[in-house]
Amino acid sequence: MAKGDPGVSTRGRRAVPRSRKGATGDPELVQLLTPEGERIESVTGPDGTEYRVDFTDEEYRSFYRDLVLVRKLDAEATALQRQGELGLWASLLGQEAAQVGSGRALRTQDMAFPTYREHGVLYCRGIDPIMPLGLFRGVDQGGWDPNEFKFNMYTIVIGAQTLHATGYAMGINMDGKTGTDEGEAVIAYFGDGATSQGDVNESFVWASVFNAPMVFFCQNNQYAISEPLERQTRIPLYRRAAGFGFPGVRVDGNDVLASYAVTRHALDNARHGQGPSLIEAYTYRMGAHTTSDDPTRYRIASEVEAWQAKDPIARMKAFLVKQKIADDDFFAEVDEQAKRESVHLRERVLEMPNPEPSSMFDHVYPNGSPLVDQQRAQFKQYLESFEGSAH
Amino acid sequence: MSRVKEFNLPDLGEGLTEGEILSWLVKVGDTIELNQPIVEVETAKAAVEIPAKWAGRVQSIFHAEGSTVEVGTPIIAIDTDPTAGPLETPAPTGDVAKASSAAGEAAKAAADSGQSGDAASGGRTPVLVGYGPRTTAAKRRPRKGVAPAAPAQPAPVPAQPAAAPARPAPAPVPSGPSNTGNGHSGPAGGARVLAKPPVRKLAKDLGVDLSTLTGSGPLGSISREDVRQAASGTPATAEPLAAALVGGTAANVGVHREQRIPVKGVRKLTAENMSRSAFTAPHVTEFLTVDMTRAMKALDRLRQRREWRDVRVSPLLLVAKAVLLAVRRHPMVNSTWAGEEIVVKDYVNLGIAAATERGLIVPNVKDAGRLTLRELADSLTDLVQTAKAGKTSPGDMSGGTLTITNVGVFGVDTGTPILPPGESAILAFGAVRKMPWVHKGKVRPRQVTTLGLSFDHRIIDGELGSRFLRDIGDFLADPEAALLAWT
Repeated sequence: MAKGDPGVSTRGRRAVPRSRKGATGDPELVQLLTPEGERIESVTGPDGTEYRVDFTDEEYRSFYRDLVLVRKLDAEATALQRQGELGLWASLLGQEAAQVGSGRALRTQDMAFPTYREHGVLYCRGIDPIMPLGLFRGVDQGGWDPNEFKFNMYTIVIGAQTLHATGYAMGINMDGKTGTDEGEAVIAYFGDGATSQGDVNESFVWASVFNAPMVFFCQNNQYAISEPLERQTRIPLYRRAAGFGFPGVRVDGNDVLASYAVTRHALDNARHGQGPSLIEAYTYRMGAHTTSDDPTRYRIASEVEAWQAKDPIARMKAFLVKQKIADDDFFAEVDEQAKRESVHLRERVLEMPNPEPSSMFDHVYPNGSPLVDQQRAQFKQYLESFEGSAH
Repeated sequence: MSRVKEFNLPDLGEGLTEGEILSWLVKVGDTIELNQPIVEVETAKAAVEIPAKWAGRVQSIFHAEGSTVEVGTPIIAIDTDPTAGPLETPAPTGDVAKASSAAGEAAKAAADSGQSGDAASGGRTPVLVGYGPRTTAAKRRPRKGVAPAAPAQPAPVPAQPAAAPARPAPAPVPSGPSNTGNGHSGPAGGARVLAKPPVRKLAKDLGVDLSTLTGSGPLGSISREDVRQAASGTPATAEPLAAALVGGTAANVGVHREQRIPVKGVRKLTAENMSRSAFTAPHVTEFLTVDMTRAMKALDRLRQRREWRDVRVSPLLLVAKAVLLAVRRHPMVNSTWAGEEIVVKDYVNLGIAAATERGLIVPNVKDAGRLTLRELADSLTDLVQTAKAGKTSPGDMSGGTLTITNVGVFGVDTGTPILPPGESAILAFGAVRKMPWVHKGKVRPRQVTTLGLSFDHRIIDGELGSRFLRDIGDFLADPEAALLAWT
């Protein structure tokens, strides 16, 4: 971020200058950029909070750049899976704005707990996008150091990370690290399907009663693999928060600016000691659940087309063009960078070394263990009993 | 590394063993870019496009559209540096294709002989990622400095030559010592026969003595197939049979007069569904012959109405309506046998069996019970046209609750249809013919059809099935009155 706190202002402004219906016709949807690329100056959320953003041209361009890069790198990973180089890939296609918007709203000291699809958040945390690919290539266990990046490991178990996040946030409270601008906050990502999990509901309870400094960020992409949203809930998901005793808001998840504004506001509330909140980023998974899935079996083409018209990147581009914030040279340069980085990513994936068999013993205990040492030695001896190379 | 790179079909979704080439998006000689879609492949999980792994020029394509390819087999060769002049060995592409497909065949043969009995009999072979299950026989690297004669050591590789008929003809009692002398001892040695527990169970059930068999599986273990063959007394090869035939009337029994069609795609699915249904759901079929003259006249009147002018109206529409109304009166027929319970559905996804170029498919009209007659007509037209165009999506075919098969269009009178799996009733609608019929006390030519209803007798008793069929017949005999009476 160029400025220390790029202009989210949420309080003390005049009320409701323009209240308008969002992309879905839902008056409760916070939106600052329409699918046609029109800026809405400010929007009032369901609890009266006013959301607005004020970015420099350079910042607007950088949002666009992140969106394009994140999509391109994701597409490259999908291609690598199709070519037999990754075992599996969970594409974020269509959810770039929700991830880039919320990811960039995090401050350095904030901690993120992702699912297995938060490649965009990972990118915005400044993490090398190669990191999760080792996991999906099967050459490591995805074991990066969460504290180093303030970004927990990808969690495959649906909803489990919300519990980890809640515990972490409760720890922040116990350390007394809230109440100031430098306070810490936690964001837990999950999907619409996870809201049916006990883990998530338990997290809501604990976070609420312990006033944990955290944001529950639900990317509602409409499908839990093949199960549509109407099989998860009878009310808009964000309204569930009220029953647990904290605020909830629905944001247009295909609007990167609104996603940023809403997340930044919720995180700042949390870091100032005002407890948890739920954000429902209303979006759509344009691709398959994972590369093992075929969405044409459970949803119709017209639905996908309708969401195509709400594409997060197209609307940002339309905005930049209309406002003359960016020209063709800029867009070409971004595309060129995306291509370059994706080729670079591919090359590095193909060069990933196969792990040493004995490396499986390395991280069992942080400080080692005699028993594990013994097992490692036995295993080494076993491997050496063969002729030829180690593996 | 060679300039020309071959791309092997990867495992596209966690544990798949094969895929069908749906269509090639490039042809030999095309210049392609990295990640350009080159081929569409359908697996058991999804139809996906595969992007090119390298930029370059397509050198050869090894498998035609429609062929089923094992994971790990080369499907395309790409010249990754086409500007560097002609290839060093300028083999015509045909040869390259032949050689490589031969390699593929070899791999396949190895797979057939090397895999465990379970895999050979169509079971799913577990695999994590990459190129699917191992397609060659397990081969261990030799251990250092271990005496080959060590007694605890099993023979390193299955000793039987895979190609030869390793499975004995119904066994002459084995003469233990005559077994090969490489320590791979037969049953006479007192060693325990190698076989997995399910195979042992199968042998016990079929009354086969495992100790009389020689296994064809890894390390000489006995596979399911070995047991089955021993039980059926079928020799592993057809040679004796062929030999017997050659002497006499064999002239007409040549292989060249038989056509072998691989079982796959729609055919495979149909076969699986039909056998499953036929052997799990006890079917009963009843027939009813109906005078449809009034109904046909009603259809004519319907066609003449202004708002129905552009709508395709067929007798099938009336039959569909009849079924939907009858279901409302007898909801139990619209149900599924789910083992411990019977699931009765409040909605009807009405399946219509359609003959297409790809074979029989059964798309269904979702929640057909809620549609008006006009909506139903449009849905049926749409469904049939989509099916004929080969564009029916899997979603359109799943979730059917009750089906109509319109065998009348083939000019036959009726049939005893087999239930689609998960459904409890299916109606065959025969041809509507002018037939002599007693009408108001006199024999008149009337438009008559025969309905055939098969139902799952676990759920539907004769009484319910009969009432349901009777109601359909009543509607078709006099739709106006039935509508007035029931709705």
